[in-house]
Amino acid sequence: MVSELSYLEILRLALPETALVITALVVLASDLLALRKDSLSVRLGFCASLAVLGCVAAGVLLVMASGAGDVGGGMFVVTPLIRLVKLGVLAMAVPALLVSAQGRFTTHAGEYVALILFAVVGMMFLVSAEDLLMVFVALEMTSLSLYVLTAFHKREVGSAEAALKYFLFGGMSAALALFGFSLLYGLTGSTNLNEMAQGVGVHASDPLLVVALIGVLAGLGFKVAVVPFHLWAPDVYQGAPTPSAALIATGSKVASFFILAKLMMVGLAGSEGSAAWGRYGSGWVLALAIAAAASMILGNLAALAQSSVKRLLAYSAIAHAGYVSLAILSNDSAGLTALLYYVFVYGLATMGAFAVVSVVEQQTGGDRLEDFTGLARRAPVLALGLLVFLLSLAGIPPLAGFFGKFYVFAAAAGAEAGLGLFWLVILGIAMSVVSLYYYLMVLKRAYVQEPGEEVAKFRVNGVATATVAILALAVVILGCFPDWILHRIATALG
Amino acid sequence: MNMDPSEPNLLAWTIYLSFLGALGVMCVPRGKARAARIVALGTALAGLGIGLGVAVDWSPAPELVPLVNVEWVQALGIRFHLGFDGISLTLVLLTGIAAVAGVLFSWNIEHRTKEFFAFFLVLIGAVYGVFLSFDLFLLFVFYEIAIIPKYFLIAIWGSTRKEYGAMKLALYSLVGSGMVLIGMIAAWAVAGGQTFDLVSLGQHPFPVAFQKWAFPLVFVGFAILAGLWPFHTWAPTGHVAAPTAASMLLAGVIMKLGAYGCLRVAMVLFPQGLLLWQHEVALLAVIGIVYGASVALVQKDFKFVIGYSSVSHMGFVLLGLATLDAVGLTGAVLQMFSHGVIAGLLFAVVGRMVYDRTHTRDFADLEGMRLDKMLPFAAVTFVIAGVASMGLPGFSGFVAELQVLIGAWNAFPTLAVIAGVGILVGVAYTLRAVHHAFFGDADAAPPAESMPLPPISVPERMGAALLILATLAVGLYPRLLLDFIDPALRGPMFDGLRAVMKGGTW
Repeated sequence: MVSELSYLEILRLALPETALVITALVVLASDLLALRKDSLSVRLGFCASLAVLGCVAAGVLLVMASGAGDVGGGMFVVTPLIRLVKLGVLAMAVPALLVSAQGRFTTHAGEYVALILFAVVGMMFLVSAEDLLMVFVALEMTSLSLYVLTAFHKREVGSAEAALKYFLFGGMSAALALFGFSLLYGLTGSTNLNEMAQGVGVHASDPLLVVALIGVLAGLGFKVAVVPFHLWAPDVYQGAPTPSAALIATGSKVASFFILAKLMMVGLAGSEGSAAWGRYGSGWVLALAIAAAASMILGNLAALAQSSVKRLLAYSAIAHAGYVSLAILSNDSAGLTALLYYVFVYGLATMGAFAVVSVVEQQTGGDRLEDFTGLARRAPVLALGLLVFLLSLAGIPPLAGFFGKFYVFAAAAGAEAGLGLFWLVILGIAMSVVSLYYYLMVLKRAYVQEPGEEVAKFRVNGVATATVAILALAVVILGCFPDWILHRIATALG
Repeated sequence: MNMDPSEPNLLAWTIYLSFLGALGVMCVPRGKARAARIVALGTALAGLGIGLGVAVDWSPAPELVPLVNVEWVQALGIRFHLGFDGISLTLVLLTGIAAVAGVLFSWNIEHRTKEFFAFFLVLIGAVYGVFLSFDLFLLFVFYEIAIIPKYFLIAIWGSTRKEYGAMKLALYSLVGSGMVLIGMIAAWAVAGGQTFDLVSLGQHPFPVAFQKWAFPLVFVGFAILAGLWPFHTWAPTGHVAAPTAASMLLAGVIMKLGAYGCLRVAMVLFPQGLLLWQHEVALLAVIGIVYGASVALVQKDFKFVIGYSSVSHMGFVLLGLATLDAVGLTGAVLQMFSHGVIAGLLFAVVGRMVYDRTHTRDFADLEGMRLDKMLPFAAVTFVIAGVASMGLPGFSGFVAELQVLIGAWNAFPTLAVIAGVGILVGVAYTLRAVHHAFFGDADAAPPAESMPLPPISVPERMGAALLILATLAVGLYPRLLLDFIDPALRGPMFDGLRAVMKGGTW
């Protein structure tokens, strides 16, 4: 096999990733060698701008590329759809970098920015993987970078605690995933997803397959934070530096959900089972349906009780992971399209919310609900942005989050004959009614309650405002014209 | 773009103009409250003007008049489909009137003026959108857009327990629209997952077993917003907490969104379902009529009287819808218009003319104030509005409620009699309110120590005149609107509904 590898072909297909790695190295080198004497804001600004340029270059390379390719039988696959998902990951990385340029939590500017880029490269490899080994390697590459990014706030105990929790949960779920992968290999004799699927079909009733399925779900369920693998999320979102949390909540979600869908729909095709009401059958659909239902319920109800906005976003992320899993359950191209649209616009809105939280944190020193009081007076543009992001997450039209939810629900309703998955749709809609309450609690602070006399307006720099404004605009426009993305996904799917 | 007012396509601009107006208000420089008011008034007037222009020129026909119909989301068969028929046009006119009156009665808003009118105009735009949408998805989008501005209008500018009232209203609305969403996705999937077009879905023969659960889901989902007993409790608290213009819109237009949804979506899609649930719906409606009126009779807060009276009057709309009778249905639509105008007027008097000046709505306080001497214009306006609300001939409420009662008599005579009792209680609570609020203690001299109240301003007079004119015009010459409503109900959209009607009164 190895002799057949064409290294030139690898380089050609992985050009965007290569560009990012080179950028990361240049960032590291320039910070360590040239910028030692400069102030932190200059170093962070320079490193982040360089990294943004790298991301843009990688994006241009992705857009320019055409055709499809496969190296090593599923080790590194590139198709139009995969390129589109990679663009989505990059679209999350850019605002995360811009937000991190405002951060004041670390003096290691070069390392921080380089690690973000390494994490993004890991996500891009993850998206390209169609082989269990490569899935695992890419997962670990992403996770290791994210663990470190979580711990970067060195003066903060919460950051270290969060990173340790993240690491322990991550290590455990990686072990479970590896165990599941090894069983799958043992059962089917292949690590390639497509070949594996044929073997899975033969062993559909094998109890070992159930064990393998649970292992795989644990590994990826941890990444996407579905119940019961969600326990790390609130602490990490709260303790991690805000840009790190934003990346974990957005880019990592886009990549992980895509690979989860691919593993389930392609790799485990033949052992679907059924989650249709009253006609259950053991298989990944049923397992994921339980996780999705539990996530929607627990995420939304727990979010009601939060007073830290970052924790609230964490529980809302768990709830949204439930909605997205619903799209995977449809197990058809409509479901996949709905998933990609949903996870992308969810990422945009969450990233925007974190960008606002980051500014509020810097100006008031906290992310508690009280710190948002009177935001509409103190920083009107940020408040308007927050309104757009949170209402999009709540699923209010004409914002993108509404259409995302609608499409997911419609796909699930249309997937199974006789409205089989409709019980999940009803649950999802009921729970999204609950979600409006906690999003409105934040917006009430920002819009309804007046700031005290003594508090001043925020001093917000232009980059932060522009980031929020552009993200908000994107959420509105994608909500009004969803066909713009849907059409691209449909074309890429062929 | 053809800007000739006789061009019916212009009607779509009521929506666009309202949203653009909201943007325009936001762009007014800080501190220029007057400019913001004028932009808002201009926008509202333009909407009303377009509506009137089209209404004057259009010769009523049963067919749907298309305005815009373009592809929106290909994958799900969603189209951006605007159009109108006589029912839409009636309610568009109502929205225009309520919008203009609402701006006029909010002229005194000084606190965060820009934001107030921006939210107000977004709300108006969304309401126009619901009335003109003929794609179910699009209709739902506009329906949901209306929720958020309501919340902020009440929570920021309201009074009495405003945050509670606002959140209650938002959550009730969202529960309702969640129910609608469930029914809507189910209907789409059952009909083949190809289209959200209301006319096509209306022609799809949904299985009766499906209609049996889908109809109550969608109907009640919409009817929550129409104040259907026992889901009405958001209405009195919401109305009382809301600032004047918002309570005018809530009672005047937003409750109509619910009733309109019941008619246009639930009844058109699931006529068999209505046949199965007809008696239950009518019973709830009549309970609402009598209950709302009885509770209004014992309120101490002036605004709560009007709040509960809205529940009572909206009961007539729902009763009319449930009759499945030509006269009853026409009456229901007419009552939507009539109650919109009259409730707007009542809330304007209570909220703007009285409360903003006296800072109390408690009958015990108002009684000593001799408001008939202090604010004669308010007293006269309220008497007119009260008389109209009681359903005296000459006002729109009379024609509408009479038609609903005739329809109800044909369908369920016992309930019609009980609803008639509700009208009598209505006379009682209105007279009681008139007495306590304006003609309280006839012997007491006006309290000498109190400050003279500011006189009724010009915008208030204009707003009141507009609303009185509207109810009188329809009351004296109901065919103004009946000529729109009747043909619309004969349109192809209501074929399914006509098919289930007994006796075939059409």
